[in-house]
Amino acid sequence: MSISLFINLKNSSNKLATIAVSVLMMTLLSACNDNNTSIPVVMPEPEPEPTEYSYQVTVTNLTYAQPLSPVTVVLHADEKMWMIGTSASIALEKLAEAGDNTDFIAQDSIITSMSDDGVLMPGLSSMITVSTTDTSATHLSVITMLVNTNDAFSGLTGLELSNFDLDQTNSWNLNVYDAGTEANSEMAGTIPGPADGGVGFDEMRDDVNVVTLHPGVVSQDDGLTNSVLTQTHRFDNPAIKLTITRIK
Amino acid sequence: MKIKSLISTITLVAASASTMAQDLDITLTNLSQGLYFTPILTTAHTSDSSVFSLATAASAELQAMAEGGDISGLVSMLSNANANTNENPASGLLAPAMSTSYMLTNDSTNTLLSLTTMILPSNDGFVGLDSWTIPTEVGTYTIMLNAYDAGTEANNELIIDGGGAPGTAGIPAAPGGDAGTNGSGVTNSETNMMVHIHRGTLGDDDLAAGKSDLDNRVHRWLNPVAKLTIVVK
Repeated sequence: MSISLFINLKNSSNKLATIAVSVLMMTLLSACNDNNTSIPVVMPEPEPEPTEYSYQVTVTNLTYAQPLSPVTVVLHADEKMWMIGTSASIALEKLAEAGDNTDFIAQDSIITSMSDDGVLMPGLSSMITVSTTDTSATHLSVITMLVNTNDAFSGLTGLELSNFDLDQTNSWNLNVYDAGTEANSEMAGTIPGPADGGVGFDEMRDDVNVVTLHPGVVSQDDGLTNSVLTQTHRFDNPAIKLTITRIK
Repeated sequence: MKIKSLISTITLVAASASTMAQDLDITLTNLSQGLYFTPILTTAHTSDSSVFSLATAASAELQAMAEGGDISGLVSMLSNANANTNENPASGLLAPAMSTSYMLTNDSTNTLLSLTTMILPSNDGFVGLDSWTIPTEVGTYTIMLNAYDAGTEANNELIIDGGGAPGTAGIPAAPGGDAGTNGSGVTNSETNMMVHIHRGTLGDDDLAAGKSDLDNRVHRWLNPVAKLTIVVK
């Protein structure tokens, strides 16, 4: 912001100056129709206030019967929080197996985070606003677990924010990933969601140990005898709709 | 004088170019292996209208389309809203792996494109496009379409005569003639009454009994189920 200093010309005592001022005043009066005539003097700009960037993130649960764990939005530098074919971090494993984002948002690389308080039920939307003045927060990730599964999650990671103009809105339909950290047994005691109420995180890695797209759940109705899931818990891509608007 | 009239002519042409109606050449392809699409409805409309909206309860007009393939309600709703529509370009069903091509001319104010067609055999599954902004730039645009569930009928997966009427649970027909009978019903309830991504049909391999009348080797799908190509001319 620039600061302007105003000098009142009416206090001038010099005759020449008075005439000059009168002429100037007439000109100014006719030009701007303003009685408080003054000349702005531009001062050097002070240190700029840090610019705040703000993003409104909306997630819609498109599934039939998969509640989503508290939707989590994080800002960070140029980095992917997960990648197909790469082993999941323990923070990602905890989120994908238990819906618990405590470790995920505590990661050293996370500059700012915002998350929902509760689960997001099917057919509903949630809106989170995340803001920062930190210029190193150049990328955004969104993540949530499909809680009636062993280790399925959906989200978007490493979205570059420099492409966003003010008030610009972008939307994505997002697919479901498998963290690859827990076998998709669908057995009682292994699924944290309401279909089971089992344990979430188990540090044992009894699956492929790389992130992939999810093959879908089988369910007891489709012949997986020991599954606690029913045909209602099956899903297809996309599982969530993500909309991001830069509001500052 | 001559120059002046020439200038005003140019101005008129320039002004009308940005607000002129667009001609769209459209092709819809059924990407599935065992699904049929009922009469297709394609429409260009304003942001005041929508045919369906995700995570929102279906209108009665959408329900009639999704449960029985009846587009008349949606057509009259759209015509009241001064939308441009193309109805039933395939003259009936669009079979698996088949395409249909047609034209739609949209008025300058109708800048959003939507499409619906019911999936057979399903209880209330449909293929949809919701309010896609029609580009002003000339070119060919391709959109992959997903299968949605209208959330208005329990997916019991039973072929029932009259099952296409709103309020009557059941699938009206399996046009491939490859469905079973005497299923006990997959479910009696629909807990998510908002339009959502279809979880897929379950089916089973017992065509004379079992839970479903659908065949789990024939009637399943994964998204996307259709491809829409739009040529803006």
